[in-house]
Amino acid sequence: MSTQTVAQPRTWRARLGASERVGTSGQRPSAASRILLWIGVFLTIVFCLFPFYWMINTSLKTGGELSTGHLFPHHPSLDNYTSIFKNSDFTTALRTSAIVAGGSTLIALTIGSFAAYALARLRFKFKFLILAIVLSTTTFPPIAIAAPLFKIWTSGLFGIRLYNTYLGLILPFLTFILPLTIYILTSFFQEIPKDLEEAALVDGATRFQAFRKIVIPLAAPGLVTAGLLAFIFAWNEFLLSITLTSSANRRPVSAAIAFFTGSQQFQIPLGTIAAATVTITVPLIVLVIIFQKRIVAGLTAGAVKG
Amino acid sequence: MSAAQATVAARPRRRRSEISERRLAAYLVSPSLIVIALVAAYPICYAIWLSLHQYSLIHPGLSRWVGLDNFRDAITSSAFWSSVKITFIFTAISVTLELVIGLAMALLMHAAFRGRSVLRAVVLVPWAVLTVGTAMMWKTIFDADLGFANQVLQALHLPGGHTVWLGQNGYAMAVMIFADVWKTAPFMALLLLAGLQVIPDDVYEAAKVDGATVWQRFVSITLPLLRPAILVALIFRTLDALRIFDLPFVLTQGSNGTTTLSLYAYQQLTQNRLIGPGSALAVLTFIIVMAVSFLYIRLVGGNIRALAEDT
Repeated sequence: MSTQTVAQPRTWRARLGASERVGTSGQRPSAASRILLWIGVFLTIVFCLFPFYWMINTSLKTGGELSTGHLFPHHPSLDNYTSIFKNSDFTTALRTSAIVAGGSTLIALTIGSFAAYALARLRFKFKFLILAIVLSTTTFPPIAIAAPLFKIWTSGLFGIRLYNTYLGLILPFLTFILPLTIYILTSFFQEIPKDLEEAALVDGATRFQAFRKIVIPLAAPGLVTAGLLAFIFAWNEFLLSITLTSSANRRPVSAAIAFFTGSQQFQIPLGTIAAATVTITVPLIVLVIIFQKRIVAGLTAGAVKG
Repeated sequence: MSAAQATVAARPRRRRSEISERRLAAYLVSPSLIVIALVAAYPICYAIWLSLHQYSLIHPGLSRWVGLDNFRDAITSSAFWSSVKITFIFTAISVTLELVIGLAMALLMHAAFRGRSVLRAVVLVPWAVLTVGTAMMWKTIFDADLGFANQVLQALHLPGGHTVWLGQNGYAMAVMIFADVWKTAPFMALLLLAGLQVIPDDVYEAAKVDGATVWQRFVSITLPLLRPAILVALIFRTLDALRIFDLPFVLTQGSNGTTTLSLYAYQQLTQNRLIGPGSALAVLTFIIVMAVSFLYIRLVGGNIRALAEDT
């Protein structure tokens, strides 16, 4: 009897421990640990989703209701959404963001996949040095390149003024998305078995043919991952976006939203900002949910190595 | 694939040896290196050049060499050291909280058998939301009069229902840290979850047979085996936190003790049009971030070397 009472807490703790790895060990957890688990799940969901829910809630309120703490809009209205789509600054900014983020992503994927293939497959000197250069570029603070780029872009590079142009944003965005792309693709290329390529090489294909016709199709998931992450990072960029543009017709959404407040310091157009943020975030969230496994694989590329 | 192989096979065999591997590598790597040189290396060098000059405010374009004067002025000013302190306090607290909360979420996702894929999608939401948009949202939630945070505190009769969150030192920093933790703890959780998933189960089974408690197993198995993943996550987050700009820019414009290094340099450059001193601050920010990343790379340099040699 006495041994039982002593043993009980130990089995309970042991079961709690088992429940931590139930996904793999297949044991049934006790009721208490299941409750704890679901409390944790609930808290995590509230922590992650409530602020975004609050933004949707705000975007559906108008007038005096905006300053109330109602958890649901009592008079839901889509006025904020119709007003942002009537605002040409916002729709222009959406187009600018799509062009700038899309353009820089495409360039990064193209030249980044070349570099990643070389780094993953070919033997050459200075490989470590090149990887170190690429990776150290990701640590560059944007502020350190913003000021010089502002001067270079306004005075002209090889006679071309890049200030307040699409290309003027696409190029500096590459400083952070190109290294990211190279890093992710290098680890993806390393996962692809060499046999297929080597068979093609034996059959007389050039290295480039092997790359284009065998490696690229096999690395398609990696390209999707790298492309999505690069696009999201470019879409979110803020410092360079506000420094290197001057007019509403070349300002990406991140900068445009910040300037919604610029004119009226004391009255934030809350409803429209919320509607704008929801509008530009929902497509990203849909993409992220569809491709969640790929994105996690990309984010963690290299993180569990070594 | 069969069509591809057919065209591939049709090529003469000699083509393979025509371009040596090294030359091909040079061709493949050079576009990326040229871009990096053009938009990262050259601007950094130009920033250093700018920081060694004094620019006339009256006559645009007029400048003179002043050597390290701008740097001397920066490191003898209290504003610079205050922004260094603010940046490091922000980084230390937010990254620590993100690690703790991220680890808790990762353990939860690892344990939540049925809910795992739902949870993984849920934690990706804060990461995907536009940073500037969330900063605007926190600004309104922490508004002193009409903000949701104070309304909740008042409704629950808790103290602090009239706090001017963004209008006082300390509180403004707390809001900034909270906003950053919300956005990036989930990111941390995903990195750590990937690390957890590669720990083999039999290690735990063996420890359990030997009578190790949950806590003992966590401290002596999970943490040591998770070390590489934790280090990588810490590097990513620390470097991001040291460069933080958008949160203080939107939340407070740098008032009430939230002027981080990047924001301070930005203000000097744009609002005060002090190109020389502002560039010196930008270069100092660069040096600090590089120094910290160098320290980290010394710690986990094996990871990069492994990637380079794993061919």
